[in-house]
Amino acid sequence: MYSDKVMEHFQNPRNVGEIPDANGVGTVGNAKCGDIMKMFIKVEDNIITDVKFKTFGCGAAIATSSMATELAVGKTVEEALELTNKAVAEALDGLPPAKMHCSNLAADALKKAINNYLGIETDDSDEVHHHHHEHDEF
Amino acid sequence: MKRVYMDNGATTPTAPEVLEVMKPYFTDVFGNASSFHSFGREARNAITEARDSVAKLIGADDSREIVFTSGGTEADNYAIKGVAEALEKKGKHIITSSIEHHAVLHTCQYLEKKKGFEVTYLPVDEDGMVNPADVKDAIKEDTILITIMMANNEVGTIQPIVKIGEIAKEAGVTFHTDAVQAVGSIPVDVNQLNVDLLSLSGHKFNAPKGIGALYIRKGTKVAKYLHGGAQERNRRATTENVPGIVGLGKACEIALNAMDEKSAKLIALRDRLISGIEEQVDYVKLNGHRTERLPGNVNFSIRYIEGESILMKLDLEGIAASSGSACTSGSLDPSHVLLAMGLTHEVAHGSLRLTLGNYNTEEDVDRILDVLPKVVTDLRAMSPIYNG
Repeated sequence: MYSDKVMEHFQNPRNVGEIPDANGVGTVGNAKCGDIMKMFIKVEDNIITDVKFKTFGCGAAIATSSMATELAVGKTVEEALELTNKAVAEALDGLPPAKMHCSNLAADALKKAINNYLGIETDDSDEVHHHHHEHDEF
Repeated sequence: MKRVYMDNGATTPTAPEVLEVMKPYFTDVFGNASSFHSFGREARNAITEARDSVAKLIGADDSREIVFTSGGTEADNYAIKGVAEALEKKGKHIITSSIEHHAVLHTCQYLEKKKGFEVTYLPVDEDGMVNPADVKDAIKEDTILITIMMANNEVGTIQPIVKIGEIAKEAGVTFHTDAVQAVGSIPVDVNQLNVDLLSLSGHKFNAPKGIGALYIRKGTKVAKYLHGGAQERNRRATTENVPGIVGLGKACEIALNAMDEKSAKLIALRDRLISGIEEQVDYVKLNGHRTERLPGNVNFSIRYIEGESILMKLDLEGIAASSGSACTSGSLDPSHVLLAMGLTHEVAHGSLRLTLGNYNTEEDVDRILDVLPKVVTDLRAMSPIYNG
């Protein structure tokens, strides 16, 4: 069900951990939904020089976190802000449809960390991530 | 790498001795049991013999009370919809529990939404146990059916069916139990339990998939399920699945003879696994009742990590297990059973179910105890909510 790239990132996640002297930190998701991603960024001369993550969640959540950190490192702040959840999923050769919606939040976490660095307040109502609960119909 | 299968609650392999007795019924003994000739008679006789074995395993007085079905889900649908249709003029209230299998839960919801029935979903305590007093209190003038499972598929808690059966009998309400996880695993006696209907499924105890049965106590009003031919005493039309039926009969025979031995073996493995996990992994909670529990069921919530990632890590090590996390339940919510037991969403997402079967060994248990702590440590090192 998962692509080889997802499995590879799940087995060998890049950039796991925290940055003690991070310039920006962002957290998205909540434990109720089953996914929480926390991103730490280090910015020097407008370039993202280091990204680390911690994630509670399924295989897709871990793999997208890992991929997002890889994609962000070396980018300018502006470039990194352009990164979308969709682009992260594409870099992993796609995700199962059910996961596109619920566990694909890494770019949002990164964006939140960058906004934190830029001094822009984001509250939870700004989160792109909303669960649409669909109940069985008879 | 030697694989370890510990998902026997999902399904079990067909036992070689079961497969062996089934084989001739695919080829040489292929007759249609409804046919007049000798080919038909051979098939008919095999079905009769298998029906006796099923009846014997569950203590039914008369093998004619056994109707073969395609499995547990059909048996549940047949029982619930059948009673609802037969008794709807008498009343439209059904009592069930909040921890039933979806085969029962969704059937009740269907009757509620589409057929104008009222359904009471009883709560459970923190061990996943239904309180018989709640059943008694929920009975109303128009209650026509009580359907409470015998043992829960996720957390293994064995329900007080004897007491609920007494209450149902006293109130004169038809009582169905989904015993899919119980039959073949623990002693089941329809008379001792006072049940009018009981669902069972072959593939949960080493018979093949696609065969199950519904016990219908003589005199119980149940509407016909499949319309067509006169098979199953005119209750369920369709040409009988003779190989499946023969296999189910054999599995029942084996289960009856080996019940004590199998149960003792599984309980020993189960308790070794439970105490091993409790000793080696911190921040874990056993879900389900510690003693009133299916012999093969182990279910833990492992704090600060999520179920699907646990399953993926175990799968990479060749270990097959299951979880009640949202990702593995196919919905956005974690297991309804764990939520009904009062677990928070977060803790419910981190559940791990290991279900033992006939073919598991001590080595399998030790392998889990070797691999699981490392998996948990790895995932917790990645978790933003773990401050270990």
